[in-house]
Amino acid sequence: MKKLQQLGLILFFTGLSIFIGSLFLGKVSLKTDQFNDWANSKGLKSQLFISEVQKTILDKEFSSTFAFSSALRTALNAANTTHKEKSEWDRVIWDKPHSLSFELIKKAATGPVKEAKVLFWFLTFGLAILGSLLFIIPGVVTLGSPGIKNNGIYHNSATNRGWIGWMVFVFLVSFYILLYFFPDYIVNWTYLVDPISESLSGHPASQWFLYGFLYCTVMTVMAVRMYIKYRHNKYQVLRTTSVLFFQIVFAFLIPEILVRFEKPWVDFKNAFPLDYDFFFSWNLDSLIASGGFGLFVLVWGILLTVVIVPVMVYFFGKRWYCSWVCGCGGLAETLGDPYRQLSDKSLKAWKLERWVVHGVLVFSLVMTALSLYTYFSGAPEVLGIQTQTIQDIYGFLIGSIFAGVIGTGFYPIFGNRVWCRFGCPLAAYLGIIQRFKSRFRITTNGGQCISCGNCSTYCEQGIDVRAYAQKGENIVRSSCVGCGVCSAVCPRGVLKLENGPEKGRINPTEILLGNDVDLMELLNDK
Amino acid sequence: MKHIVIIGNGIAGITAARHIRKKSSDLITVISGESEEFFSRTALMYVYMGHMKFEHTQPYESWFWEKNNISLKKAWVSKVQTENKTLLFSDGDELQYDQLVIATGSIPNKFGWPGENLKGVLGLYHKQDLEALETLAPNNTVCKRAVIVGGGLIGIELAEMFHSRNIPVTFLVREDSFWNGVLPEQESQLINTEIKEKHIDLRLGSSLKEITSDDNGQVKEIIIQETGERIACSVVGLTAGVRPNIDFLKESNIATNRGVLVNRFLETNIKDVFAIGDCAEQQEAIDQRRPIEAVWYTGRMMGETLAQTLTGTKTAYKPGHWFNSAKFFDIEYQTYGWVWAQPKEDEARFYWEHSSGKKCVHFNYNKDSLQFIGVNTLGIRLRHEYFDRALREKQTIIDVLSNLKAANFDPEFYAKHEAEVIEKFNRENEIKVQLKKKSWYRKYTEL
Repeated sequence: MKKLQQLGLILFFTGLSIFIGSLFLGKVSLKTDQFNDWANSKGLKSQLFISEVQKTILDKEFSSTFAFSSALRTALNAANTTHKEKSEWDRVIWDKPHSLSFELIKKAATGPVKEAKVLFWFLTFGLAILGSLLFIIPGVVTLGSPGIKNNGIYHNSATNRGWIGWMVFVFLVSFYILLYFFPDYIVNWTYLVDPISESLSGHPASQWFLYGFLYCTVMTVMAVRMYIKYRHNKYQVLRTTSVLFFQIVFAFLIPEILVRFEKPWVDFKNAFPLDYDFFFSWNLDSLIASGGFGLFVLVWGILLTVVIVPVMVYFFGKRWYCSWVCGCGGLAETLGDPYRQLSDKSLKAWKLERWVVHGVLVFSLVMTALSLYTYFSGAPEVLGIQTQTIQDIYGFLIGSIFAGVIGTGFYPIFGNRVWCRFGCPLAAYLGIIQRFKSRFRITTNGGQCISCGNCSTYCEQGIDVRAYAQKGENIVRSSCVGCGVCSAVCPRGVLKLENGPEKGRINPTEILLGNDVDLMELLNDK
Repeated sequence: MKHIVIIGNGIAGITAARHIRKKSSDLITVISGESEEFFSRTALMYVYMGHMKFEHTQPYESWFWEKNNISLKKAWVSKVQTENKTLLFSDGDELQYDQLVIATGSIPNKFGWPGENLKGVLGLYHKQDLEALETLAPNNTVCKRAVIVGGGLIGIELAEMFHSRNIPVTFLVREDSFWNGVLPEQESQLINTEIKEKHIDLRLGSSLKEITSDDNGQVKEIIIQETGERIACSVVGLTAGVRPNIDFLKESNIATNRGVLVNRFLETNIKDVFAIGDCAEQQEAIDQRRPIEAVWYTGRMMGETLAQTLTGTKTAYKPGHWFNSAKFFDIEYQTYGWVWAQPKEDEARFYWEHSSGKKCVHFNYNKDSLQFIGVNTLGIRLRHEYFDRALREKQTIIDVLSNLKAANFDPEFYAKHEAEVIEKFNRENEIKVQLKKKSWYRKYTEL
């Protein structure tokens, strides 16, 4: 078994190395007619840029995507600078340089990856998946009989912020930076999934398709790990299956298939304000342009946020969304599970959390109000604030940096729910309902708590569960996503997630746990 | 403003301190030589097993003590002078108190075995034991085999700890089945099986004769009393129970027996001196409880109770119905009320075991009145609140069984066995029990 696991590691790292190495393969050579087609379809008005590209780029061979990108951006900057100096605003190319570069490289790259997509898929994704499974599946035997197996987590460099943890951190952060800000550097990766993308949507893969596919793959592989680790716990098994289902079907397959039918890309489970651009003009325009379907999406989206989400939270707590449906939660619960113990439980962190997460909620609501105002009034600004600027700031700070780079990249350092805990505006909204009007709570089993601290340690949301359990107090917290791990790791069976009557949900703390009743009365009387 | 000094920062002492602080602004000093701050002793095993770091066993952050104006003093008390209300410390320091709370807990039993003080012999009780274990048994190359002497809860925890680092363990249990002085035969057998399944070399009916050493005074092997067999090992865990940690009181005027003798108000024979937790011994037993109860929950209850007395509401210690819980490797154990190892004359028993051999429930009730007396459960979680009420209201076994659904505390979606349990009961008895449904309608309509 150990041998199999070692082989698995070797295969995984081989796959990973080829994956990373593939970025440096191939050449880029943009042909004149490729460029002309592209320029026409974009309606490019900058002759300056076109002639610059003709002079320095067309029909030349660049040794790598990086070299091509650099040359292209130089041409673009030069053209834009001149246009801006001359105030020729309609000629300025406003596209993000790296996105522009991505489009051209996607057409113009040559090399082994593009020519042997399927082979390279097997050498990268294939080997990594196979290797991971070979590493994970023998856990059925090596972890021992079913039951909580957290042995050695704090002795392991990967799960205790050791050097492996930091390496994973660097890798993940770099990945997100490339994905969000330098898509043209990872064109080769998109070739790997072109065949899959074409079979689903009929289009070649963008970096977002790559991300979606990778997301589903990682979640599936790590869900296998969850199934094995928590195979004694039906709640965990069902919950993992649920998030996996919603990710693959609702966040990945349905939207891609919609595109094939020339409908807008829609993730039906993605509720506003997590789906922060739902009320942006471009989205509203696109929905309205797609007739009955668009109208349905619009009504569904509003209904989801205004009715379904609060009603479901009332009955089941926010866990129905955060732990059973949400894609961010899904990644956190699968890829992030090995890191759950790293979340900060200090009072300071809790105070910070409340300011930050509610701040994001307010920010997103204000931005949406501005967007809607702009949409209906036609004016680009409100009280001197450009709606576009606000949207850009939000998209950059929250949508990219917080949700991606920090939200996932920091798993190995800050624990797996950094985004959900500090950044997600929807979590804040659900949390407010859960805290004040819900039937959900974590019940503690009378006086059985021995304050061992397993529950708090393994709470991914940084809740000091023990502080409540040792007082015999129900846990009613905004941030609790109902993952159920506190209940699973408790060696005394003290915690249970329950949806029950509202009566008695918030119970007093001043009880003498297990002491004679008249003493309890004495305290309650005072 | 008086100065309340608490010796011992375990659950009893700290609970007392916290509850005193809730009700008064007296000066509070908590003394411990073992650790700066309160930690959960029962969690030490998880630190060794790598589930947690030592910090995680500390329920309160460091700022908590200063914020609540509770002074912590790290020192060992060597002598208590009750005549002038002074504590003497091993480093020569002194401290005056107005009221003294002794909450020093317990220490592992040693029975004068030859070699019991060798290097490599330890209990699992103090933070220092954990630190010693980390040096003596970091892995299975340094420690090729460990021997545990004595059954019980700490013994099996220690076995689980070694097991987590793949260190082979020999487990000497004097009784002919694990913990059968406390557990009825069926539960005890079930745990025996669990221990053996984890590849622990469980030796029932075996006791320690001698621990021998190598030239460096380090443990080399142990000899078994009954068979004379020698087992080579480098670490020996002594877990044959604990006794009150009161040796430092020997020369004081405080009356002691095995523990510090207290009355129902947790007062000792000396005014303004109290004792709580593992080290306190009741002069008259309460209910069917033993005079010394080395249990987490009773320590906490005594701390809560004494805090009432010290802050002006004189309160007797009246623990409610007995409960306890533990975990034997992967099997959780809970008990409510009394289920003695051997049934008493007027008691009837009902036992159900799941086909997996990993779950069971064992009910104890009065043969004639059918009054419910207690329940043991392995692998199934039961609701404390429910059984506390059942005992208080003197419910019958019929009431309890028919409400089993409401009494279940297992996580959602877990397999439920209530119907099977009741079917077996009905088969074995003339009385027929009907299982009451836990209606989802009630759950969602009752506001």
